[in-house]
Amino acid sequence: MNFDLTEDQQLLVKTVQKFCKTESPVERVRKMRDVERGWTPETWAKIGELGWLMVAFPEDAGGLGGSMVDAGLILEQLGKSLVPEPYIASVALGGMAIAKAGSPEQIEQFLAPMLAGETSLALAYSESGARFNPHCIATKAEKTADGYSITGDKTFVLNGHAADRLVVAARTSGEVGDEKGIGLFIVDPAASGVTVQRVTCMDSQNVANIRFEGAKVSGGQVLGEPDGAGPLLDYLVDCGAAATCAEGAGAMQAALAMTREYLVEREQFGTKIGTFQALQHRCVDMFVETELAKGTALMAMIKLDDPDPNERRRAVSAAKWQLAKGGGYVGRQATQLHGGIGVTDEHDIGLYFKRLHILGTLFGDEEYHVRRYMNLPGFVSNVA
Amino acid sequence: MDMSFTPEQIAFRQEVREWIQSAMPKDLRAKADVDGNFDNAEVMQWHKVLAKKGWVAPHWPEQFGGPGWDATKRFIFSEEIELSGAPALSPFGLAMVGPLIMQFGSDWQKERFLPKILAGEEVWCQGYSEPNAGSDLASLATSATQDGDHYILNGQKTWTTYAQYADWIFVLARTNPDVKKQAGISFFLVDMKSDGVTAKPFLTTGNTPAFCETWFENVRVPAKQLVGEPNMGWTYAKALLGHERTLVAAVGISTRAILRIKRIAAETSEAGRSLLDHPGFRAKIARLEMKLESLRMANYRALASAQLGHAPGPEASILKLRGTEIQQECFDLMMEVMGENSLAWFNEPGVIPPRQQWVASTFNYVRAASIYAGSNEIQKNIIAKLILGLPTK
Repeated sequence: MNFDLTEDQQLLVKTVQKFCKTESPVERVRKMRDVERGWTPETWAKIGELGWLMVAFPEDAGGLGGSMVDAGLILEQLGKSLVPEPYIASVALGGMAIAKAGSPEQIEQFLAPMLAGETSLALAYSESGARFNPHCIATKAEKTADGYSITGDKTFVLNGHAADRLVVAARTSGEVGDEKGIGLFIVDPAASGVTVQRVTCMDSQNVANIRFEGAKVSGGQVLGEPDGAGPLLDYLVDCGAAATCAEGAGAMQAALAMTREYLVEREQFGTKIGTFQALQHRCVDMFVETELAKGTALMAMIKLDDPDPNERRRAVSAAKWQLAKGGGYVGRQATQLHGGIGVTDEHDIGLYFKRLHILGTLFGDEEYHVRRYMNLPGFVSNVA
Repeated sequence: MDMSFTPEQIAFRQEVREWIQSAMPKDLRAKADVDGNFDNAEVMQWHKVLAKKGWVAPHWPEQFGGPGWDATKRFIFSEEIELSGAPALSPFGLAMVGPLIMQFGSDWQKERFLPKILAGEEVWCQGYSEPNAGSDLASLATSATQDGDHYILNGQKTWTTYAQYADWIFVLARTNPDVKKQAGISFFLVDMKSDGVTAKPFLTTGNTPAFCETWFENVRVPAKQLVGEPNMGWTYAKALLGHERTLVAAVGISTRAILRIKRIAAETSEAGRSLLDHPGFRAKIARLEMKLESLRMANYRALASAQLGHAPGPEASILKLRGTEIQQECFDLMMEVMGENSLAWFNEPGVIPPRQQWVASTFNYVRAASIYAGSNEIQKNIIAKLILGLPTK
């Protein structure tokens, strides 16, 4: 057991910290929320140049041979200043789908440009009525002479409004809810039959609702087996969940630090409000949740590639639960301890409150992960 | 980044588990199987079994009779003991006064006291708290005045756990009333058979005689039983607080408690349906288990850090705080799952199932977990000051 960062990892963390400070401090979120895209290709290209989009991928997919643990270290730092570039959508979701299931040609054509920061990706899987269940897919992919024709509606696709390529989950057989019969297809959002509607989110990191009306994909755009992507999709959504845990742990640390600063500076009744025990203890409760979330985010990343998928699900659900509950607590109490200023648009703490809600909800909220966890076979395995 | 145990550590866990199975006396095993609580005689019986094996003091250096395990092996051992439902040993000799004597005591004290602590031949209790010195321990009033080669002890201690069975007591007493309150305290080792010592047990809300009030009336204590230097007692006692921080989360105890909740839920039904299959109850158990998993991970981080010889990081400070909260929540939920059975007072054979008989007692007594060894509010004060750097004035 060893959770120390290697020298390379320490260097990576320092570099990301420095980048965030100079290129994307939290004030940048305010500018980005007025931009339709919500982020800039220039900053994305810089992130690509630094190699951060490559760390989680194996070398034969053009990566640096690291793992999602390294991506988690980056995300934790990005989360501290709410960097809006589409790291989770491109790396943990779209990129990971192509790296795991793509042919060498698909990797070269669709993953390589993203790793270089030239393009961004998205995973279009969620649908209205699925409520986080990755296999509740009604969108159909029907066989045509030279490929498939996709018809259906996707909702809340992360970075769906800006992605150069979409990885679309669609059903080739079976019923809504079946793990079997799901395929992944690489789709150009500009293609005929695809309509992208940008949706503004609370945290200004935008998503899209996407309609597919007989959108044509060729055989070369099918990722892996056209009816066997169910388990991979489940894995990808866990990747996304683990990624939100890492970013969320960063956001929690920042919200805690900001609140602590406020308690040390703000004076009322002739003294620093940080001397009041009620506020001190609340701040300690925030600290406890934050420390726990740092650990569980790490646990989720480490367990992502566990050979037993139920072990992965167990760890990711526990981590996501801690983020949803602990992050929610930290966001709320950070606002409360800031007093009136905490509910003004002008103060940054509100940006963290918003982002923590989004991160806590993406890829399954508290309730969803409690139910998934309690229905894992291991939950009752040694009771008898 | 690695959160797995090595093959050697896994084999060690197996060895410990198998040994506990074979070594635990039959009557203790029967009680452990239904999660019963143990009395002092049973605790000491188990102490002697462990002592014979050489495993009673995992954290003691080999020169004093410890097994020479590293931090991870100690964690694994402690977790396996907790998971087995075995009696929890009295910490006062093994975990408190023993290590303190090793660090600050004289050669005579080491030779005189340590072997008997190890063997379970002498039982210790703790004379810290007083009726008017609880969380504010440094304001204690028990006095020790020098009289030749003796000190004369006068005062009253309380919460002296199992003092009625103890052979010795370690006492914080004021030797200098004219300085800052922390600076005038000394650390004494006192024979409970001394003239003028009276220990009177009182019941806890869990109906166990765990605590005593202990009075000292002109008790003559030989000066060689003062540990270290006079007026340094507070410093010594504080130095001890940081010991074995990786075990205070008691994740083994809570893991077993959650299994106990599931087992009680499985044997409890509502209109013919097991509570374990009841989505509402099952979700409550899952939430508590996930809460424990997050603590376990914090514990692993602290453990890995200790194993590598680093100073404790911020994650270590939350272990006692969250660990005791979870222990209490386990019993809250256990009582809730039991429903009407939770109304019965404990140990009512034939009225409620064996596994449920002891729950009500512990439900009461586990309240103490967030009070003793620095109440959780004191823990929060410490974190606020030392880790978050919040101002005191």
